[in-house]
Amino acid sequence: MACASFAKLNAASSQWIGQQSFTQRSGSSASTRFATRRVSLPIRASSYTDELVKTAKTVASPGRGILAIDESNATCGKRLSSIGLDNTEANRQAYRQLLLTTPGLGEHISGAILFEETLYQSTTDGKKFVDCLREENIMPGIKVDKGLVPLPGSNNESWCQGLDGLASRSAEYYKQGARFAKWRTVVSIPCGPSALAVKEAAWGLARYAAISQDNGLVPIVEPEILLDGDHPIERTLEVAEKVWSEVFFYLAENNVIFEGILLKPSMVTPGAEHKEKASPETIAKFTLTMLKRRVPPAVPGIMFLSGGQSEVEATLNLNAMNQAPNPWHVSFSYARALQNTVLKTWQGRPENVEAAQKALLVRAKANSLAQLGKYSGEGESEEAKKGMFVKGYTY
Amino acid sequence: MSCFKGKYAEELAKNAAYIGTPGKGILAADESTGTIGKRLSSINVENNETNRRDLRELLFCTPGALQYLSGVILFEETLYQKTAGGKPFVDVLKEGGVLPGIKVDKGTVELAGTNGETTTQGFDDLGKRCAKYYEAGARFAKWRAVLKIGPNEPSELAIHENAYGLARYASICQENGLVPIVEPEILVDGSHDINKCAAVTERVLAACYKALNDHHVMLEGTLLKPNMVTPGSDSPKVAPEVIAEYTVRALQRTVPAAVPAIVFLSGGQSEEEATLNLNAMNKLQGKKPWSLSFSFGRALQQSTLKAWGGKKENVEKAQASFLVRAKANSEATLGAYKGDAKLGEGAAESLHVKDYKY
Repeated sequence: MACASFAKLNAASSQWIGQQSFTQRSGSSASTRFATRRVSLPIRASSYTDELVKTAKTVASPGRGILAIDESNATCGKRLSSIGLDNTEANRQAYRQLLLTTPGLGEHISGAILFEETLYQSTTDGKKFVDCLREENIMPGIKVDKGLVPLPGSNNESWCQGLDGLASRSAEYYKQGARFAKWRTVVSIPCGPSALAVKEAAWGLARYAAISQDNGLVPIVEPEILLDGDHPIERTLEVAEKVWSEVFFYLAENNVIFEGILLKPSMVTPGAEHKEKASPETIAKFTLTMLKRRVPPAVPGIMFLSGGQSEVEATLNLNAMNQAPNPWHVSFSYARALQNTVLKTWQGRPENVEAAQKALLVRAKANSLAQLGKYSGEGESEEAKKGMFVKGYTY
Repeated sequence: MSCFKGKYAEELAKNAAYIGTPGKGILAADESTGTIGKRLSSINVENNETNRRDLRELLFCTPGALQYLSGVILFEETLYQKTAGGKPFVDVLKEGGVLPGIKVDKGTVELAGTNGETTTQGFDDLGKRCAKYYEAGARFAKWRAVLKIGPNEPSELAIHENAYGLARYASICQENGLVPIVEPEILVDGSHDINKCAAVTERVLAACYKALNDHHVMLEGTLLKPNMVTPGSDSPKVAPEVIAEYTVRALQRTVPAAVPAIVFLSGGQSEEEATLNLNAMNKLQGKKPWSLSFSFGRALQQSTLKAWGGKKENVEKAQASFLVRAKANSEATLGAYKGDAKLGEGAAESLHVKDYKY
């Protein structure tokens, strides 16, 4: 910390400066003769603190979770091409409009993460997307990272870029109506993970979180531990505990206010290629153990990523985690696990929009029930049960 | 290994959870021979083994008191002592449903190059000693690290050194069947306000849990013994509700839910103050996934000591005093203390001693 290193140069704490012999006790002579640099109180995001806390609480409201639709243009292109559509702005706009104008979405969805292009888009009738969301009491969020790039000196691992100019970008996004931000970094178990990769992931998240809060955006803290690998669930637990320990320590060092953040962890599961699948109860047990060991109660909400699980799996696992009260709101922030059936239903045709919106509500409602621990799993379609793991998946 | 799970894992978690039983707390009776000598001399009693034994017997054999306690921290000498009638103290405690604990640190020493900051000694043969104490009946341990607030304190060095010391001690305890109480005391001395205390407490606790995690300590089998968040001793006092709010918030920001109980030190507060503050914390609405209880030394014994004065004929009166405080703190852990404990002489007296050394 900068102030601590300043303090060490001060004669009050160093016996070597100015040939002073070391006999100081606390206070008097040293502080009157030298300008003592006081250890300052942590600077909190003062002007936005109350709003950050309120936003975080709104997103973490009972029975609701996040719809993640922040796919970059390239990634959105993959989705569109899977149903035979070209990756044009008009198609991206049409798809997001379908999602964001779903009537009654706000009953189950408390926040929507957008890509930058979408934050500035409107419906074909000219209504701003952020206004559509606000009317449903859905907080608009914005992806602010600039993607993963290779981490030099690591074991083929990645790090997340995006800190340059983040403060001014965040301020602009806030002006446009965003109230929370998201930054996704990854950790790979097959690659180690190396101590370097874990440290970088955690530190990058901490810096992003501090900058976000300073500019009025609640940071969603997302160190995704990739599903790739054949490791058992115990190994995932070990890595997750290490990662979150680093994350919280650096968040604290960066004076981030924990009442004004949200987490987006991966659930603790075996690797995708591990011989045995784990039941929702096992996943819940390991995941909750990890959370109880690492997440301070001040954090209002934990919104899980689905990371390649099928729609139904993601819902069942969330439901298993909510069978008893938790010190934080335990909910979802799903992309593929909310959109898969929707996309397939839409197929790019205007006549299918209503049916596609209904499909979104089906998934949103299921996850809403899971958040309350009341999901029963009856009547789910086969499509919804299909796994979506893609080895080596890149956004 | 995500956290160390030795052969004692289940027992550690069970004992740690037991100590946090609502309505119970810890009596810290682990004053070293030198420190207990100060207490005894304050009531004109000679510091010999018999007197030290008599005082502890007075406390442990107070009729009806043990129900309010889940643990008693002992000094090494006491762990091996017996009542005048020949019954080992550990048996007295165990029969009363109280876990015996043992102080295992060997005091503080100054860190060269700092402004009077300290680290705690006691690692040599710590594992062997813990195993021996476990055999003698101890089930939890205590190690006190000390930090202070000043213009440039606590320094990064002092925080790191004390946090990692606590973590190493905790790890060794768990290997040997003792639940480690993690105690990073931030002294109340100073003219700082409550905000400063809160900021420092949060920073110190964050460092402690980072160190514990790095050392693979099983958090479910530990206890935390922090200071309450208060203004400095030279600053104006604030209401218990304010102390409760700042303290609980600092803990919400730093202490994972896996830790079963937080047992506060009293650090120089008067008996009544300490009880009122604990009570306010337990009345506070908000997220508190751990029990909030007490581990009081001076704040449980002060009026008892005064009532005793070293005289046999005062034992009953002294025990009545002790019972009053034990019951009051028990109620405070439930948020049910009405502030009506019959105040013994000295109960409202501040126990703060500037730059206090154990």
